[in-house]
Amino acid sequence: MQAYLTLVRRELGSYFVSLTGYAIIASVLLLLGISFSGILGVLNDSPTDVPLTELFYKTDYFWFILVLTAPVITMRSFAFEKGTGTYETLMTTPVSDLQVVLAKFTGTLVFYVLTWLPLFGCIAVVRSLSGEAKVLDPWTTASTFLGFVLIGCLYMSVGCFASALTRSQIIAVMNSFVIGLGLFLLSLRSLVPAPPADWAAKVFSYVSLSEHVEDFARGFVDTRHLVFYSSLTIFFLFLTLKVVESRRWT
Amino acid sequence: MSDGLIIEVENLTKRYAGRAAVDGITFTVQRGEIVGFLGPNGAGKSTTMRILACYLAATYGTARVAGFDVFTQADEVRRHIGYMPEHNPLHLDMRVRDYLKFRARLKGLGIRQSRERVEVVMQQCGLSEVRRNIIGHLSKGYRQRVGLADALVHEPELIILDEPTIGLDPHQVRAVRQLIKDLGRHHTVLISTHILFEVEMTCNRVLIMHEGKVLAADTTQNLQKIMSDGGQVIAEIAAPVAELRACWEQMGEVEHYDIAPSEGEYLRCALTPQAGLDLRPLVFEQVRAHGWALRELSRAHHSLEDIFVHITRPDGEEETH
Repeated sequence: MQAYLTLVRRELGSYFVSLTGYAIIASVLLLLGISFSGILGVLNDSPTDVPLTELFYKTDYFWFILVLTAPVITMRSFAFEKGTGTYETLMTTPVSDLQVVLAKFTGTLVFYVLTWLPLFGCIAVVRSLSGEAKVLDPWTTASTFLGFVLIGCLYMSVGCFASALTRSQIIAVMNSFVIGLGLFLLSLRSLVPAPPADWAAKVFSYVSLSEHVEDFARGFVDTRHLVFYSSLTIFFLFLTLKVVESRRWT
Repeated sequence: MSDGLIIEVENLTKRYAGRAAVDGITFTVQRGEIVGFLGPNGAGKSTTMRILACYLAATYGTARVAGFDVFTQADEVRRHIGYMPEHNPLHLDMRVRDYLKFRARLKGLGIRQSRERVEVVMQQCGLSEVRRNIIGHLSKGYRQRVGLADALVHEPELIILDEPTIGLDPHQVRAVRQLIKDLGRHHTVLISTHILFEVEMTCNRVLIMHEGKVLAADTTQNLQKIMSDGGQVIAEIAAPVAELRACWEQMGEVEHYDIAPSEGEYLRCALTPQAGLDLRPLVFEQVRAHGWALRELSRAHHSLEDIFVHITRPDGEEETH
């Protein structure tokens, strides 16, 4: 446990001693700000009853930010250490492979959550200016946040896996971008009109990330979604662990 | 320091894509020794060290460190080892003290204990004045010391250093060598290098590796003894040539001799003895008996370099001297 916490601290620290961390937060903030002011502009023209958090998801900005920043957040985790050789000093300390994988994952996840926190600041500003309590319903906001974290878990585990495969950060970014974008594109399949009885349509609607997120943003916490995200996350973490262990396979 | 074996390696083999990087090596290291792993680049030194540090697994064979198997009891082994890999990778964005503390915590030391140990190793490695500096801004010599301090921080029984002096300037090399010698008083040290002089300077025992095999394992003195059997004796004597010739002819112990003029009135005699004999006392007696002047009497000294070249010479190639 001590080694795990030490490693998580180091992981988080590494974002803030280099420019990477600040650059990622700045770019996420910029995109958030643009999308938020865009939504508010539309709302001014045509008022609606839909919660603000849900509206935000419906814009492409959310997906754009997620798919682009997730690989950048995770690219350092293993590839950087492999590239500089510190991976060898890390793996020759009495720390288990599982601890290393979990610590890297936790570090990236916490950083991901940090990059999204400003969104709640934006919502709070709107609420204080408009004076409407409905804008920031605590339950909806909490479930939205849960949705954020769950999607983050999935994308961070994918990123850690891609990063563990290589010693080049560029290749890590490309790999996790391709997997992440692929996962997202699966949700677009549900946009194609198909007969409701079609089995493929059912499958695609089940794996559709955007549909899941809409549920969370409306304030529904569906256990199917919880199972979906946690099982996929565990699957990718398992793959990462196997990659890390593979150096000692004979 | 308690007696006993700290490293036991038996028939260790590591194959990469069909090629054996380490080919069935067997050796042991006693507690308290400083052992030099000597060999040309690509001899399998680093691979062996990585297996001992539980970074890689062997294809077959066994290796035990401090009584623990490197494959099945890796965590225990890692607790007993301080390992500094080749090129000494460090987190360049961290400060010296923070880095050492981070490493101490990773190696399982408590908060107080790690603070104390970090102070001790910084003192030991001469890092106290750069404790707040960022590692990336330090000179290579200092970085090497940070690597050494990291290897020492959890008081391991065995310290494994892979090419610790590579890329340093002569002053830094000296300082690091001295540090390694000092470490040998309290720890067992295994260092790898391809610089022969370094092994002669710092180690009690040498393991010579070549193409994945251990070709020789002995103390430096013993290796030299083996090599100098049948070794020539050089004597510089001021005497008439004819008398010298007569003298060497008479001595049954001299198998072959060669006389060449040297500076001034001295003649340089190279005397090859019969197997196993040391000619020096006999020569001295002759010189005293004849009342000649003697200004040099030495047995040809084989450096580790000769031994190394002799042992790792490809088959069939003739010795040049």
